[in-house]
Amino acid sequence: MKYLRSFGRFWWNFVVGDDWRAAGGVAVALGVTYWLAHDGVNAWWLLPIAVAVVLAESLRRAVRSSPKSGSAD
Amino acid sequence: MSTGTILVVAGAFLASAVEMVEALTIVLGVGVVRGWRSPLIGAGAALIVLGALVAALGPALSSIPIDTLRLVVGALLLAFGLQWLRKAILRSSGYKELHDEDEAFRAEQRQAAAAGHEQRAGLDWYSFTVAFKGVLLEGLEVVFIVIAFGGAQGKLGLAAAGAAIAFVVVVIAGVLAKGPLSRVPENTIKFAVGLLLTSFGCFWGAEGAGVDWPGDELALLGVIAFFALVSFVLVRALRRVRVRPVAARAGA
Repeated sequence: MKYLRSFGRFWWNFVVGDDWRAAGGVAVALGVTYWLAHDGVNAWWLLPIAVAVVLAESLRRAVRSSPKSGSAD
Repeated sequence: MSTGTILVVAGAFLASAVEMVEALTIVLGVGVVRGWRSPLIGAGAALIVLGALVAALGPALSSIPIDTLRLVVGALLLAFGLQWLRKAILRSSGYKELHDEDEAFRAEQRQAAAAGHEQRAGLDWYSFTVAFKGVLLEGLEVVFIVIAFGGAQGKLGLAAAGAAIAFVVVVIAGVLAKGPLSRVPENTIKFAVGLLLTSFGCFWGAEGAGVDWPGDELALLGVIAFFALVSFVLVRALRRVRVRPVAARAGA
């Protein structure tokens, strides 16, 4: 059980990393793209825009919690 | 050779090279202090495990429908690539320390010198396990990228070739340099790899979801350009945010 848990933790850290919200945002964006595409809308533009927003939001959270935030050193 | 194929080989080469430089630093750090036999056997054993993984997983991918494979690989690459890109942007804007191969080498040497001597199966067990774990963990990222890139594009052999070329180049450079490859612009390469992983993930993920990209594979270049522009803007914005409070204090 212990090994199974560490195995799962390894893959979680490997793929998702320290910001699960970013991975969640990507999953939602992919789901919406899938839904639109199967509803007849060729939404090729959706995923790049959504990923850019997810990235910016993830960086905003990282910067807010960074000890270097607001310093120039 | 199509645009997608060239980018798959280039992406596999760059991502593998940067991981291999880090693995080389670990093996060198241990080998210089404690001798070469055990870390080289450890690194060789890890390479055999990694090779077996590619050989086992590669053919299994061909039985999965291509759209399903691209959707899954795209989602995984997007999540994985965003981590790389996020860290690269934080490094470039000064919110995260730049990766320093010289410092990593010195830290590895210090730990190797302080560790005890335990012999198992005729090997210096510390050297063997550190080299094995280091090469295996860095190599798993290479395997993941090679299988994802090669599988989604249907060019596993070419992606593996890109990684193999990186291996040869890094090993030769390491032997010639006789030290850590600190002159490799690792942080810049990591930025490029983050861009490629995110762009490929976006392209294949959307394609697997049922989207038709305008211009087909050429759209991949557009996606890379888009994320490069977004990253550039984000780095500039974050640098401004860092400097602003100091400038305000200086002006007060």
